[in-house]
Amino acid sequence: MSAALSKRAGADAVAKKGWWRAHQWLILRRLSQLSILALFLVGPWFGWWLVKGNLAYSYTLGILPLTDPYVALQSMLTGHLPETLGLVGMAIVLAFYFLVGGRVFCSWVCPVNVVTDAAGWLRNRLGIKGGAQLSRNTRYWILGMTLVGSAATGMVLWELVNPVSMLHRGLIFGMGAAWAVVLVVFLFDLFVMSRGWCGRLCPVGAFYSLLGRWRPLRVSASQRAACNDCMDCFAVCPEPQVIRPALKGEGTGIGPVILAPNCTNCGRCIDVCAKDVFRFGGRG
Amino acid sequence: MNTMKPENSPKPGARRQFLLDSARMACGVGMLGLGLGLYAKQTKALPALALRPPGALAEADFLGACIRCGMCVRDCPYNTLELARPETPVAAGTPYFTARHIPCEMCEDIPCIKACPTGALDHGLTDINQAKMGVAVLIDHETCLNFLGLRCDVCYRVCPVIDKAITLEMVPNTRTGRHAMFLPTVHSEQCTGCGKCEKSCVLEEAAIRILPAKLAKGELGKHYRVGWEEKSKAGHSLIDESKIVDLPDRLPEGAVLPGHYDPASGQTEALRGVPGSEAGVIPSHPPGLGGKP
Repeated sequence: MSAALSKRAGADAVAKKGWWRAHQWLILRRLSQLSILALFLVGPWFGWWLVKGNLAYSYTLGILPLTDPYVALQSMLTGHLPETLGLVGMAIVLAFYFLVGGRVFCSWVCPVNVVTDAAGWLRNRLGIKGGAQLSRNTRYWILGMTLVGSAATGMVLWELVNPVSMLHRGLIFGMGAAWAVVLVVFLFDLFVMSRGWCGRLCPVGAFYSLLGRWRPLRVSASQRAACNDCMDCFAVCPEPQVIRPALKGEGTGIGPVILAPNCTNCGRCIDVCAKDVFRFGGRG
Repeated sequence: MNTMKPENSPKPGARRQFLLDSARMACGVGMLGLGLGLYAKQTKALPALALRPPGALAEADFLGACIRCGMCVRDCPYNTLELARPETPVAAGTPYFTARHIPCEMCEDIPCIKACPTGALDHGLTDINQAKMGVAVLIDHETCLNFLGLRCDVCYRVCPVIDKAITLEMVPNTRTGRHAMFLPTVHSEQCTGCGKCEKSCVLEEAAIRILPAKLAKGELGKHYRVGWEEKSKAGHSLIDESKIVDLPDRLPEGAVLPGHYDPASGQTEALRGVPGSEAGVIPSHPPGLGGKP
């Protein structure tokens, strides 16, 4: 038992496929997160204004507007409509995540993902078990509350406390006490609740999961017959509940494509599977 | 559970569990929402010295329209604006400036408004002189150097709307009895609230400050009419002046005020200005100013 526990998830894949192929999606994802952040930072750091703004709204090279549709929706619910550029940016972002999957924002863009992934990794290494339990549906309730609350208070409500925008804004415009908010999220995920923030509470991810419901780009357990039940994919997946129907659904007639909206298309399951069960693909 | 339940519906236990779970969620998240709502109410109180960029909507609307992107901050050529940090007593992520730190330079093309992707900064504002970021108030008459009789004048000199938003009003210096004081006087209709006067005030703490119009301004009752304005609008007095009843001025017995004319005293108007007459030349002026010595 202890031998099985001490063996790290993905060790088989490294032995079988080599280090790079057992980590490629993770590395690409970190590169994506860091380079997006770098694009925002070279302006204030070196005066190269490729991108202005932050994740709520940005303007790239004086051409491309991008608006966070969740923030804009809260603002619209207070009775205020964005200007043309804001609306165009919103349409572009909606279309993009509609195609690639809304929660691609979480795994490929969001700076808090690095924090919570680090907490999850450390939690595994330290062997911290248990803690508080909360339904993964909590985030949808919080999402609803922020939308109703924005309309009721006339304020973009979630932006008062949103750790995602606080961290991103903090890195670009000056951190202030935002580090404390981020630290709280880290410690919460580490000690209080496994995958607590991104997996159960964050309404930003909840919004994007709804947006990605009909995404064409999906992870598929196309070689599920080769699965040897090593459970590595479940160990690394931030939303492990999405894997089971696709991986184990053959007997009940469920297809191998992951349909659950909360799959973040992070590709970590593809990395750690020594049997190459998973791959990126279309809906079919 | 009632008897109408069809055979294939979920087990009563499952429905009960679902209702309980939903109630638990609604209560927990509702409490979180209540806390957030109360916090939202707190953050709506903008500190008096935190000023919004030009064209900003009224605070309650601004907090709904602004999406906290910081584009106005980026496009301000003078680094006037900053985004509120979580510990700042301004709603987190919203733009503001502090006049005493860096005032608004009143760019003619107003780049901050152009950069705003929402209506938080009113895109209809195209003339920066129409901006209302606040109103300058000469708040401390006890330390203002001009009130002490000196010619500092700095707030007046730096005002981008000089001689309209701030004028110097000459009044006698009663302390010396022989000098004038030039009192900086703000005219709120012309003042944009840019804050250059507050920034440049030479005192350790500025005697002139930009305040929100709501704090700075009084308001006449809606039914008030100022007589001389109505008179100039109509071109004549609105009342029949011949019917004005004038009461005798009350003076100590035997006292004589040179240059004072009292229509109710019995003297005829014809005597005014006649040498030797007590009826003075400029009846409306108080003694000592403008009358004969």
